[in-house]
Amino acid sequence: MSTLDKPNEYKVIGTSPLRHDGVDKVTGRAQYGADIRLPGMLFGAVLRSPHAHARIISIDTSKAEKLAGVHAVVTARDLPDLESKIVELGEGIVNRRYQSNNTLARDKVLYFGHAVAAVAATSSHVAKEALDLIHVEYEVLPPVMDVRKAMRSDSPILLDDLRTDEFGKKGDSPTNIAGHYQDKCGDIEKGFKEAKFIVEREFTTKMVHQGYIEPQNGTAQYNPDGQITIWCSTQGSFGVREQVAEILEIPISNMRVVPMEIGGGFGGKIGVYLEPLAVLLSRKSGYRPVKLTMSRTEVLTSTGPTSGSYIKIKMGADATGKITAAEATLIYEAGAYPGSPVGAGMGVILGPYRIENGVIEGYDVVVNKPRTAAYRAPGGTNAAFAAETVIDELAEKLGMDPIEFRLINGAKEGDRSINGSAFKRIGYLETLQAAKESAHYQSPLSGPRYGRGIAAGYWFNYGGKSSASASVNNDGTVSLLEGSVDIGGTRTSLAMQLAETLGIPAEDVRPTVADTNSIGYTEGTYGSRTTFATGWAVYETANGLIEKLKERAAILWEVEKDKVTFENGVFSSGDEKLTFKELASKLDETGGPVVASAAVQPKQYGPGFAAHIVDVEVDPDTGKIQILRYTAVQDVGKAIYPAYVESQIQGGVAQGIGWALNEEYLYDEQGHLLNANWLDYRMPVALDLPMIDTILVEVANPGHPYGVRGVGEVPIVPPPAAIANAIYRAVGVRMTELPMSPARVVEALRK
Amino acid sequence: MPNKTHITANINGEEVEFLCEPRQSLLEVLREILGLMGAKEGCNNGNCGSCNVILDGALVNSCLVLAVEIQGRSVTTIEGIATPEGLHPLQQKFIEHAALQCGYCTPGFIVAGKALLDQNPNPSEQEVREWLAGNLCRCTGYDRIVRAVLDAAKA
Repeated sequence: MSTLDKPNEYKVIGTSPLRHDGVDKVTGRAQYGADIRLPGMLFGAVLRSPHAHARIISIDTSKAEKLAGVHAVVTARDLPDLESKIVELGEGIVNRRYQSNNTLARDKVLYFGHAVAAVAATSSHVAKEALDLIHVEYEVLPPVMDVRKAMRSDSPILLDDLRTDEFGKKGDSPTNIAGHYQDKCGDIEKGFKEAKFIVEREFTTKMVHQGYIEPQNGTAQYNPDGQITIWCSTQGSFGVREQVAEILEIPISNMRVVPMEIGGGFGGKIGVYLEPLAVLLSRKSGYRPVKLTMSRTEVLTSTGPTSGSYIKIKMGADATGKITAAEATLIYEAGAYPGSPVGAGMGVILGPYRIENGVIEGYDVVVNKPRTAAYRAPGGTNAAFAAETVIDELAEKLGMDPIEFRLINGAKEGDRSINGSAFKRIGYLETLQAAKESAHYQSPLSGPRYGRGIAAGYWFNYGGKSSASASVNNDGTVSLLEGSVDIGGTRTSLAMQLAETLGIPAEDVRPTVADTNSIGYTEGTYGSRTTFATGWAVYETANGLIEKLKERAAILWEVEKDKVTFENGVFSSGDEKLTFKELASKLDETGGPVVASAAVQPKQYGPGFAAHIVDVEVDPDTGKIQILRYTAVQDVGKAIYPAYVESQIQGGVAQGIGWALNEEYLYDEQGHLLNANWLDYRMPVALDLPMIDTILVEVANPGHPYGVRGVGEVPIVPPPAAIANAIYRAVGVRMTELPMSPARVVEALRK
Repeated sequence: MPNKTHITANINGEEVEFLCEPRQSLLEVLREILGLMGAKEGCNNGNCGSCNVILDGALVNSCLVLAVEIQGRSVTTIEGIATPEGLHPLQQKFIEHAALQCGYCTPGFIVAGKALLDQNPNPSEQEVREWLAGNLCRCTGYDRIVRAVLDAAKA
């Protein structure tokens, strides 16, 4: 369910045509990465560390190499030994040496499941048998599994060369603290003195996984002339090209990356794992194509996840409900290599509010767990869990409606965050108002141990580089090439923007996701950027077509080009008129084919805000939390393709509910992951959830021709806090630890 | 290499013969030997339903069935759901309701939905949610999937 209460000023945008790849995806014909089959193809498998922290003494692959059917075995010795160098990668920057060591461990293994060697053989069964024949001698080291212990000076050190990035300067001694950051404004002591109520709490959250259903895969063909083709499941084909180039020291121009259909990503398929191994194995096996796929256990032990965290937050408000001061410390698990999303967490934690006196400290800390990857609004959910719970408590102390409290303090255009950045036009207050007026919030809720919670969320969104090209067919349709991987309907949200601009139906556009040799540079599908930035490239491309078609009309009508106008899909000059389709049929007689392309890097992406309302029932005996009703309100800028905007919100909510109630990485003291399967790492199923209602608020982003803001990420930010606040209203306990699993709820109730 | 077994089975209405190793799952044989790539591997241990097929009328995870077990039996995969006349109502409704994002779990959900409607043509929302609890989707939050199945039941 959704609410779009404004009349739609567009013909195509704001409607919900059938997606272009729908039939392929409901018939099983869509080709995902693991579906590729090539002549002479070999199958790979990866040997992974059974230890969380150990030095590699030796690796003996000789027996594996002799097994019948084995064509190649690779270890870190087959990788270039890279010097440290910082490179940009998707939603963060990485050190390519660490990226190499994460691909195959060189001197040390740093987490349970860390890749150590890889094999290519005639079947996946033979490849797995070969893994058993590889002998690795380890010197086991004590694992570091907790961020606060990792920060102590007596902690074992994971990375000998790591020095703390302390406010931009490097420290001088070995450490597990990769970074220490700070934002501040105003006078924090004065702010707390002005407060009538102060709430201070500590929150912890556990590592959670993106949980995409399709495991990672990568297939490579290395040719004798040095040209390489990679087929894989990735959010960004150009990013794969860059990363493999860095890890293997191969020129990007030698690689073509073909993005296959992708079975979910949520940030977890930006970094490469298998692709460089497939390339190495293809080369070493005498130029045979090699396919690698991960098992679900490998996905959980060795890819993703996002950070567990420790957050301490203190906020004060005066009698009028104004927040007078706030301070927060965020410590995020980076996993084995630096790069947690603590910086984003620092931006999100108090981002939606006007705070004149604030201090935020952040620490990026390595521990013996998998290197973290982006996960939908990375770092935001942890942060909002803390802040939005404390805000709820402040509102309660003030005797104020929690939405009203947020309306008093919520950020609007011109307000500055604690880090000093100013908001352009945003729709936080409109979103809160829509939540307040919603049928859900206005409805009564009564029942034993029933509770209603609300929480808000904020995400920056992103722009980035995108390219598109289009050609006009004689029948009036347009073929569209674009570089953004379609992870959830963006072929259509992009085709719709082209169609709107050209005044043709969405069905007359044929969108194709192109490989890296066939389209201009395009960043990955992340940062809620595709419909925004690639949409902009598509809009520019459409305008390019219009300009060229005006020239053709001018030839036909024997007038100057500037006498030709284009409006509502019709070219005209005086009494002459031609629809887009009519003019398309006359291209041959006016100079031949018409194509256009555009490349953009739009900067004015619009932040997204959300307010979620949830009703829960708490079972005091079992600790089970039942979600009774859920409504997600969000400023989406302009919903280009509303069915899929709503679906993004519903999906984000479901992930947030899983994070809130069930999902966590469970490790033993030695650092072994105990629940690396979907029976024990329990994600929500259909039976766990109600229908998820959405209310779309449209405060157009002035930085986009159609008002687009990103929509995909912010919906995962509020759910844990909203549910925690609902649990409090139901049974009177403040939950400060995620997940709020039955055992933790029972324990909290007993206290 | 282990000896191979000769298997004859009916797959999507056609007699099919193949050789397989005893250790190979039905999912592996469908994909690697028969080239039927619609059934997907998500977990290979029966927790996600992406590899759902109908075996003699019963919904199964093909990753948990050994290929040698299908001797003389009938299997319907996602490739056998549409008819020569066009899409099955479930397939049509999944597209109309936007009941998919990435599409990876979709074949499993549609096969599971068909197995449900074959035995219960008019399920309640609760019955749909219970039946589909063996299928994981991480993109949609299930809302639209449940609506698509309920709407297909009316078609």
